[in-house]
Amino acid sequence: MSTLERQPTRPAKHILSHLDWLESEAIYILREVAGQCANPALLFSGGKDSIVLLRLAEKAFRPGRFPFPLLNIDTGHNYPEVLAFRDYRAAQLGERLIVRSVEDSMRRGTVVLKSPDELRNKHQSVTLLEAIEEFGFDCCIGGARRDEEKARAKERIFSFRDEFGQWDPKNQRPELWDLYNARVHKGENIRAFPISNWTELDVWQYIGREQLEIPSIYFSHERPIVRRNGLLQPITKLTPANPGEVVETMQVRFRTLGDVTCTAPVASDADTLEKIILETASTTITERGATRLDDQTSDASMEQRKKEGYF
Amino acid sequence: MSAIHDLPEASLPKNNTGLLRFLTCGSVDDGKSTLIGRLLFDTKTILADTLSAIERTSHRRGLDEVDLSLLTDGLQAEREQGITIDVAYRYFSTGTRKYIIADAPGHEQYTRNMVTAASTANLAIILIDARKGILTQTRRHSYLAHLMGIQHIVVAINKMDLVNYDQAVFERIRCDYLAFAEQLGIKDIHFIPMSALKGDMVVERGEQMPWYTGLALLDVLENAPTAHSEEEEPFRFPVQFVCRPHKSDDPELHDFRGFMGRVESGSIGIGDAVTLLPSGKETHVKDIRVLDQSFDRAYAEQSVTLLLTDEIDISRGDMIVQSEISPQERTALPLVTRQLNAMVCWLAETPLDRQRKYLVRQATRESKAVVSAIEYRIDVNSLDRAPVESLQMNDIAHVVIRLAQPLSVDAYATNRAIGAFIIIDESTNNTVAAGMVL
Repeated sequence: MSTLERQPTRPAKHILSHLDWLESEAIYILREVAGQCANPALLFSGGKDSIVLLRLAEKAFRPGRFPFPLLNIDTGHNYPEVLAFRDYRAAQLGERLIVRSVEDSMRRGTVVLKSPDELRNKHQSVTLLEAIEEFGFDCCIGGARRDEEKARAKERIFSFRDEFGQWDPKNQRPELWDLYNARVHKGENIRAFPISNWTELDVWQYIGREQLEIPSIYFSHERPIVRRNGLLQPITKLTPANPGEVVETMQVRFRTLGDVTCTAPVASDADTLEKIILETASTTITERGATRLDDQTSDASMEQRKKEGYF
Repeated sequence: MSAIHDLPEASLPKNNTGLLRFLTCGSVDDGKSTLIGRLLFDTKTILADTLSAIERTSHRRGLDEVDLSLLTDGLQAEREQGITIDVAYRYFSTGTRKYIIADAPGHEQYTRNMVTAASTANLAIILIDARKGILTQTRRHSYLAHLMGIQHIVVAINKMDLVNYDQAVFERIRCDYLAFAEQLGIKDIHFIPMSALKGDMVVERGEQMPWYTGLALLDVLENAPTAHSEEEEPFRFPVQFVCRPHKSDDPELHDFRGFMGRVESGSIGIGDAVTLLPSGKETHVKDIRVLDQSFDRAYAEQSVTLLLTDEIDISRGDMIVQSEISPQERTALPLVTRQLNAMVCWLAETPLDRQRKYLVRQATRESKAVVSAIEYRIDVNSLDRAPVESLQMNDIAHVVIRLAQPLSVDAYATNRAIGAFIIIDESTNNTVAAGMVL
């Protein structure tokens, strides 16, 4: 009988559960960033993936301070609950938070919108690159996951960006074993993704296990919405209803958080972490498919944004 | 068609058997993408919107059935060419186990991609087209999987539907494969007759092959040993980062010196004797910490912080290992050496320049290095050895490397994490080669 038909011989208690394995891998990646990079930063938006990153950073570096500041690129169109949570969590951890805003880039003239209501999400790339240059960051740690999108399935965990912040999918550094290569010349940088191998369900299971606080709008709440192109469009000052559209009040929650103008909630009664985990496990729509207005333009739109220096 | 998950997997699985990483080797023609698509589809990993997108594409291309191989089509550049040019990672879960698939293209010029995909895998699925039997690429994939230290091989004899599910075809290919696997020294091989297109013996058994009494593919994966689960291994802990909070207002933290890293193999407990490499100094483990929790033991793959009883200067790149238990067990310690005998795979388009100095990174340590000799290059198709002066992209060769600084190494065959290294070109900072200590 081949080994593949036998039960594993190691006592079960020594086999890490998938969450323990993913957690340990992410801690290892964070420590590699700290060990290899002179001046890294961790991108913290207040969203669920970066909330997980902060918990992992605590496990990686306490009782010491984080060997990097937290950096947020604010589009000026973020939900106030999320910004408040961002500031609260940074203060709670006692870590330094740097905020740079797309609106400052617009005032400088480095971001020019084609029209006032153009989505600002993709312009975060410009502000991010300006912040990287201002502080001389050689690595930015992000919460992107490979299960989110096709382009990300092939991105390295340590992803090299040239001085224009561009990702070249055809010319990536080989990445073998857990031997990461974060070496860069001046002006270039690395994007490191510690939770590359996590799925949306893993993220929620981990938030549940660790009992992490999250912004209130991840939980089910009442919100005025209109139905537009198969998605729920929240009605806010920035995103008013069009003439003729019917505004309804619905029980919704956000699966993903981003710019007000491009993030749609989903209908949901999930008002506890347990219910969110159950809902995530039984959903039939992908995270970005259900919620992102900016990924719907073409099958390849994330790949295009990453080539231009996006997270 | 919609994919409805079973609800019980939502909360933490009760019988959690961990995480298995495997790779699939084969060319487009073998149905590799279809197999991965089938695994994702039948384990209900594919969600309705993704499925409707590939249904639309299949329809546009004039196909009658949904082409599951479209699920693994990645980048725009590849979609245009209709081929896979880089390693892609896919995920699925059965509720008891999570899987990471490394999907590597099979063509000869992509040897480096397969080597990359294999480096983190514990099991390889090698696809064979039942109509064609063993091809040159089958030998190449098997050799590379073996070279990269994969102990468990699943030979999926696919497209059985095109040979009338004939047991004789399966048995003939099985015998052929065993004959050459013996030459390579592959020990654990499992054969499965399969039709990824129709779904036979992937997740479901199907009705067509009652003569096959072994496990279907998913059952093999569910029972396959995960990394570090089979044998007792010696403790290895490369230090990644040293934590010195220097908090003068907190007496406990004033002298706190934590050595942060991941247990790469074996386990260690409080009170155990450890040796620091390369210095060779000995001390004991005082505490094992994660956040404010203290643990009696740490096991392979856990990231922890170690506190030691003596104040010894330790920095990133040093390694903490289990002390020898008796003089007879000298092999228990890694070899501290300035010379590596190794197999390397050259990954870069720029060939090896033997005049130049490179950088070797192994575990958490780096050293300047020169390739002082190339013993031979191995032909991955015929396994013939030939003398060469330099190495080109995709070449695999036995080399001797001289190091400026000593490295603490185990043979790759006995310890993958401590026997593996990469070579970096300092002018471009690119990773140009992957190596395995002999």
